[in-house]
Amino acid sequence: MSEKVILNEADIRRALTRIAHEIVEKNQGCQDLVFVGIERRGVPLARRLTASIEEFEKVAVPVGVLDISLYRDDLASRGLQPVVRRTDIPTDVSDKVVVLVDDVLFPGRSIRAAMDAIMDLGRPQRIQLAVLVDRGHRELPIRADYVGKNVPAALSEEVSVKLREVDGRDEAVIISPDKGGEP
Amino acid sequence: MRLAQQQEQLDRHSLPWRHRHILDLDDFSREEIELVLSTTDAMKEILAREVKMVPTLRGKTITTLFYEPSTRTRVSFEMAAKSLGASVVNVTTATSSVVKGESLLDTVRTLQSLGTDAMVMRHSMSGAPYVAARHLGVNVINAGDGWHAHPTQALLDLYTIRDKLGKIEGTKVMILGDIKHSRVARSNMWGLSTMGARVVLCGPPTLMPYDLVGEVHHKAMPPAEVQTRIDKALDGADVVMVLRLQRERQSGGLLPSLREYVSLYQLNAERLKLARPGALVLHPGPVNEDVEVSLEVAQGAQSVIQEQVRNGVAVRMALLYLLMGGSH
Repeated sequence: MSEKVILNEADIRRALTRIAHEIVEKNQGCQDLVFVGIERRGVPLARRLTASIEEFEKVAVPVGVLDISLYRDDLASRGLQPVVRRTDIPTDVSDKVVVLVDDVLFPGRSIRAAMDAIMDLGRPQRIQLAVLVDRGHRELPIRADYVGKNVPAALSEEVSVKLREVDGRDEAVIISPDKGGEP
Repeated sequence: MRLAQQQEQLDRHSLPWRHRHILDLDDFSREEIELVLSTTDAMKEILAREVKMVPTLRGKTITTLFYEPSTRTRVSFEMAAKSLGASVVNVTTATSSVVKGESLLDTVRTLQSLGTDAMVMRHSMSGAPYVAARHLGVNVINAGDGWHAHPTQALLDLYTIRDKLGKIEGTKVMILGDIKHSRVARSNMWGLSTMGARVVLCGPPTLMPYDLVGEVHHKAMPPAEVQTRIDKALDGADVVMVLRLQRERQSGGLLPSLREYVSLYQLNAERLKLARPGALVLHPGPVNEDVEVSLEVAQGAQSVIQEQVRNGVAVRMALLYLLMGGSH
């Protein structure tokens, strides 16, 4: 197994700053915005984005936490279920612009589950998606509106994001199996 | 992040869950009880929504098989199952082939063949759900068997205590009433002692389990103190769990009269003052008003009886999810 760093701490900081500005620019301000971080690592990312926006726009944007475990499409094929955490979104999502935030976008099934969950909570005006890393290989017709970095990766490779709030450090790595056949 | 590739990462923070059935709390570790309580928190949020439903158990069927009457437990399981998107079938034995003499095993095997994915059972004989579990491939949940166990009640009691007091460890919990015939008391004794609470049993000696009175401590029961004087038991109590007094006990010669029970053991406002200020009053229901507890206390500020009922649905959702939400 070989590990290559694709985003270091500074890269992540700059990407998030840029994404925060893009979101405000595309939505022409912060009106009706609600950020929803997808458990687990989407949550600190969403909080960093809203903190950034509060700094340069001087506006406090509501941020919530979404647990998608109960909406997953792969529960029947898993061994152990994931731990269910509490969903907590401080405002009604109806008529709002919901910005979903996640660390890595891959087949898109987590986002499908997240959208189903949001729709059960209300009828948003629109839903947008911000991700730190997009690694392609979508299995569903889903795309991100805001991307930190596009990382083409083979299916055999693993793309992993570590965040200070969860893992003690900020880093995005791509892990490849060795060509020599070592497991 | 790919859902399947998250598995390794998630398994590191998804706790081990060894149960295929929920029969009693005597084989639940502290971590497993913690997992049920934290999952219940997430489920409570769903019940606070306008659309109180998630698609998690869509396509699964849960059958309730009750050989004894029940309102709150049965409806609670039904609400829990429906909130998770499952279908529910209710079998009340009074209107089933049990009346024609069909045996327990035949009944449960037939229900399994009819396609149920899980069975929630209440039976007047201790051990009945264990028999079913041994012979079935589906998940079995014990909704009360004889005097023996009522694990889901104990879990919702634990959740209610933690929710209101912030902790269970180190609290003094008094269980008051007919301990001998109480499956609620027994399951709570297991759950409370696993979670580090101090359990004190209080009631008339004729209604205490034989093996707990005196110095002999039966290994099959978890640690608990016995105190037949209610004022001593109440001293410093953080929680008073009142049990229902069945009127048949009087005709069975175990009580001289209801009036004597009330005068010695009823939880009334005066007696409640002997407990810690803000002590919780729990009751599994249905309450015999002005028998085991005065109406004033049952409906008073310290009573969390209705919260218990609300929490019951969330706890049962958590259990159904943990049992059925994956593949085992």
